[in-house]
Amino acid sequence: MTIILLLVATLAAIALWWLSQQRLAEKPWLESGPGDSFHNTASGRMPAAKVGLGVFLAVVGALFALFASAYTMRMHMASDWRSLSLPWLLWPNTGVLLLSSAAMAWAQAAARQGRTGSLRTGLLIGGASAVLFLVGQVIVCRQLAAAGFYAAANPANAFFYLLTALHGLHLLGGLVALGRTSAKVWRGVPISQMTLSVDLCASYWHFLLLVWLAVFALLLHG
Amino acid sequence: MGEATLEPLEGVGPLEVPEAELYHATSWWTKYVFSQDAKIIALQYSATALAAGFVALVLSWLMRLQLGFPDSLSIIDQNQYYQVITMHGMIMVVYLLTALLLGGFGNYLIPLMVGARDMVFPYLNMLSYWTYLLAVLVLMASFFVPGGPTGAGWTLYPPQAILSGTPGHDYGIVLMLVSLIIFIIGFTMGGLNYVVTVLQGRARGMTMMRLPLTVWGIFTASVMALLAFPALFVGAVMLLFDRLLGTSFFMPAMVEMGQQRDYNGGSPILFQHMFWFFGHPEVYIVALPAFGIVSDLIATHARRNIFGYRMMVWAIVIIGFLSFGVWAHHMYVSGMHPYFGFFFATTTLIIAVPTAIKVYNWVLTLWRGDIHLTVPMLFALGFIVTFVNGGLTGLFLGNAVVDVPLSDTMFVVAHFHMVMGVAPILVIFGAIYHWYPKVTGRMLNEALGKFHFWVTFIGSYVIFFPLHYLGLMGVPRRYYTMGEMDAIPLSTGELNQLVSVAAFIVGFAQLVFVFNMIWSLRNGTPAGDNPWRATTLEWQTPETPPGHGNWGKELPVVYRWAYDYSVPGAPQDFLPQNQPPLARAARSAEP
Repeated sequence: MTIILLLVATLAAIALWWLSQQRLAEKPWLESGPGDSFHNTASGRMPAAKVGLGVFLAVVGALFALFASAYTMRMHMASDWRSLSLPWLLWPNTGVLLLSSAAMAWAQAAARQGRTGSLRTGLLIGGASAVLFLVGQVIVCRQLAAAGFYAAANPANAFFYLLTALHGLHLLGGLVALGRTSAKVWRGVPISQMTLSVDLCASYWHFLLLVWLAVFALLLHG
Repeated sequence: MGEATLEPLEGVGPLEVPEAELYHATSWWTKYVFSQDAKIIALQYSATALAAGFVALVLSWLMRLQLGFPDSLSIIDQNQYYQVITMHGMIMVVYLLTALLLGGFGNYLIPLMVGARDMVFPYLNMLSYWTYLLAVLVLMASFFVPGGPTGAGWTLYPPQAILSGTPGHDYGIVLMLVSLIIFIIGFTMGGLNYVVTVLQGRARGMTMMRLPLTVWGIFTASVMALLAFPALFVGAVMLLFDRLLGTSFFMPAMVEMGQQRDYNGGSPILFQHMFWFFGHPEVYIVALPAFGIVSDLIATHARRNIFGYRMMVWAIVIIGFLSFGVWAHHMYVSGMHPYFGFFFATTTLIIAVPTAIKVYNWVLTLWRGDIHLTVPMLFALGFIVTFVNGGLTGLFLGNAVVDVPLSDTMFVVAHFHMVMGVAPILVIFGAIYHWYPKVTGRMLNEALGKFHFWVTFIGSYVIFFPLHYLGLMGVPRRYYTMGEMDAIPLSTGELNQLVSVAAFIVGFAQLVFVFNMIWSLRNGTPAGDNPWRATTLEWQTPETPPGHGNWGKELPVVYRWAYDYSVPGAPQDFLPQNQPPLARAARSAEP
């Protein structure tokens, strides 16, 4: 359970830092006068959707950290663990996801600078390469199944399918959001109204890239 | 929607978030059924959770009939007994308590108490309820599938949860796991709303340290639930894989009914870690909202500012953090390194410190208060007594050496029912009596309420107090019948009969409560806007029940904390949170 505890400790540190900004030592029962007005924190000006995404990413992070904890615990709990020899296709797949994330970062910069053409290109490349990544993952799974590495045969195989599927599902959810955002951009919604959506998509993409890198490292390690 | 004032005001900071356009329902369906209004969603959550709770109440009757009169009544057989205890436990903990306290009270109270028009993501909020309803329906469907619901016990421990000796191993366990997965997805949508609304939706002047403790409790519990439920999700998905795909995450190699199963090398202990990493925080996910609500009930009905507000907030936050480091105290008998046992016993006992601080503060709030023994106050007082009772037996069970002989006895059943069953339920009742006037505009009948309280309170003690003794005498939990057993005296059977009779009386008293809720809807005394003379924002709405958007044209501005009761020189004996500092001028004029 070390991995999840580390994540919880990190989140607790963030929460403590945030709480320390909330003047927890203040005496709210002493009525505020004009001199000691209760100012709200600057973090309050962040859009709710951004905070919402941050909280959601913490939940998804906890989910994957728990799977990682289960993975390492199961690996050491019995001697039946047979490490999977990972197909080489996972390496180019990882490269494609990196490209996807880079394209999203580019789209994000374009949206901030108001360059509609670059924004469209960035979203298109980001979305297409994410789809390509998913197709690649499906091919990897089919290759493994064809080679006889069934889920029931060994826990290492089962974890591989479980983790890639879970990551894929999250990316699929992201593609829905990206699709909606792109549709708005193509419909000609002013770019200033799209900055937030593009920001959120890009953050989610970078996060899923990090998750995949962690999952990949875990699979290589096991 | 109306515009919020933006110019600087005395004593309050600038507006946190510009007002967003509120969603407006256009038809009856979107107004009352597929509603995005948090108040409607709260009522939908509450009604569904209470309905599920009544199913679980009836299940507890079946259980008590069997335990009280094992030889004379044979309504359920052994397998059904296991199915009944499993469904009773899971429904009560997850589908009633969690859903009602966070989905019900959270949805109703958070926007009103922080001074927002609605939750920040109303569409997601609506989706959250319908996902929850789907989870309940999937769970209830398991009563009607071949083999019935799972009888694995509410902890669903593998390997027995999916072996053929356990009832419901075909479909019941699958539906249970799928239902939990759906529930967690639905809860995540709701939980995001509760947390982000508290963070981003607060009215002008409503700093974190001016929030009522109810909001602090629900907020912290939501954060915890968002981090703890994924552990149950992971456990449920992996167990589902073991059951459906034949993987061996949790299932060890074993021979079942003379047949070698295909499982190999899995670890049941791994499931226990996942389950209790969720399961222990879950205790506080239920308890923290109850702590918060009871603080507000006590302050309002004793006309006293809450004693040690800052300590109360810190205690809630510290309990939240600590509760992630104690889960293995549920696993002492599963075997662990003695140092781990020592560690988890120590962390468990440390949690008693912030919890005790809260209890002392409640008592000190009552001290020399102007205590009004209204129905909400009675329930709040009942909670304090019951929670102390349950908490003290928790100190026994938290110690590894004391836990081992008491493990899997009725003592454990008595402990967790006191601390997690009766105590939060008393708060829920108190809260319903307290906020019903805001929700409906009418008071609940007080005489019926007092009858409901006394029967429930005394009855709960008649039910659960003897269970401690039964446990100490060695009566195990989860036994269909004791049969002839030399180790356990026959008199325990008589005690069991008393418990069963009390369970029926308490159960029927709840029908009085249901009647009261329905009857008062039309016939209750009109409540007015603020019948309890409370300070918090939900009582200051321009309309009762609050209209769409809660606040009419102008959002409230908050000038003070939530506990200005019995203020000397105030025109009434309390100052609402949105009362401008005019009162201060009047007060300073006093000698």
